[in-house]
Amino acid sequence: MRPVVAALLRKDLRLELRTRESVPAMVLFSVSTFVVFRFALDRERLEGDLAAGVLWVTLLFAAVLGINRLFVAEREQGGFDGFLLAPVDRTAMFVAKALLLFGFLSAVELVAVSVYSVLLLGPSPFQAFPGLPLVLALANAGVAVVGTLVGALAVQTRARDLIVPLLALPLLLPIVIAGAEATAPLLAEGGAGALPGRWLAILGLYDVVFGLIAVAVFDFLLED
Amino acid sequence: MGPALPLDEAGAYVAAAYLVFLALILAYVGIMASKLGRIEKELTELTELAARRDADDPAREKEHA
Amino acid sequence: MYGRGLKPLSIASVAALIGAFALVFFYAPLDADQGFIQKIFYLHVPLALVALGGFVTGGVYGIKHLRSGSREHDMKSYVAIHLSIILGVATLATGMIWAKASWGAWWVWDEPTLVAFLIVFLLYACYQPLRFAIEDPDRQMRYAAVFAVIGGAFVPLCFMSVRFAQAALVHPRVLDQTGGGMPGSMFFTFLVALAGMTLLFVTLWKFELSSKHARAQLAALRRRVASA
Repeated sequence: MRPVVAALLRKDLRLELRTRESVPAMVLFSVSTFVVFRFALDRERLEGDLAAGVLWVTLLFAAVLGINRLFVAEREQGGFDGFLLAPVDRTAMFVAKALLLFGFLSAVELVAVSVYSVLLLGPSPFQAFPGLPLVLALANAGVAVVGTLVGALAVQTRARDLIVPLLALPLLLPIVIAGAEATAPLLAEGGAGALPGRWLAILGLYDVVFGLIAVAVFDFLLED
Repeated sequence: MGPALPLDEAGAYVAAAYLVFLALILAYVGIMASKLGRIEKELTELTELAARRDADDPAREKEHA
Repeated sequence: MYGRGLKPLSIASVAALIGAFALVFFYAPLDADQGFIQKIFYLHVPLALVALGGFVTGGVYGIKHLRSGSREHDMKSYVAIHLSIILGVATLATGMIWAKASWGAWWVWDEPTLVAFLIVFLLYACYQPLRFAIEDPDRQMRYAAVFAVIGGAFVPLCFMSVRFAQAALVHPRVLDQTGGGMPGSMFFTFLVALAGMTLLFVTLWKFELSSKHARAQLAALRRRVASA
């Protein structure tokens, strides 16, 4: 399975490098959202709860953008048929797409968090290390798994761009709750608090449960 | 948590809650009734169709009888 | 044949529900804290539990459909989720009425069970739009089943994470006192109400399945007559 996953991943990465459709759009969207929050909240610096909330809402909506684009190339250029004709394990498609989404999210977060700490964040972002990358990685894994499922579910429907946010927002809410609760103490004014372990446990549990479900049901979304 | 509401005020809320339940069940029954009506209409049409066909084709009628 | 056994089942659910409501108003004692308003508990909590159970049942039939590909399991899953959405509306409405009466506001955010239920409800509200956005019937059934499985797993996870998010629990925690403070007579009444609500759900489920089955057969018959 590994060579298949690697081949699919290479194809998608090359496509992204050539068309630059997903990551730049997600980054641009995140930055605009920070600016929107600056004026909507009428605050120049954020810290603690509010800082964590704004960060997670922005990342969530950026992720929805990415999920929306995830399978579009396959659908528009018949990639599904080609993949189904090849004598390979179908789970490979899921693994490749989830890894791709994980990579996209991490790349977006690298830029978005830097911009965020310059534009809006009150306390220094360095106080949040190494907790913040850990929380982000756990959350990205969950978003990648659920996002791949939702993207595959929605891409064959008539109103794809409508179905994706409608399905993804409630499904990803536990991640936002756990992520925001876990990062709030890290972004507190005057030094980071302790990383709350139980939220990491919730994120981990979410990743494991949906990871298993996704591997079990993803094949049915490709079958034809 | 405040002190318990007096009975006359609480009674209205409790009645409202149970009425919401009743109203939803009745609405559901109403929708299902309209569906039953549609089934009945289709069945009538089908029966008429079958009767007309039997009238057109006497040989078949004999077969049925 | 889904209609079989529907008559005794309906009689049993009507009897159980009437019995439960009679127990609620004439037998169960007044709650020490909340007084008469606590009577909503016997309606609201069974509604919520049966709705959640229905969502999970939909997931179980979704798995069965994925394993067998049979149309029957898809119908069972669809009707269970569809009915649970209706019960979910009733749960949210009665919950809001209870919140207004106990706390003076129609909605309270520091109330984990209500919030988690809302999130689950919002997710399942997308079930029908998703289903009917897919034209190919086979794919529609398969995708709906995948959604039902994901949703069925999401229900417990969502309740867990929302419950963790609120340290201070303020829900009228009547159920938490089971074994502790809740008097046996209250618990008994609750159990009867829960049984009645479950029976009602099963009755309506079979009723709607029977109706859907009849329509499908009618359509097949019409095709046969038209082509003959």
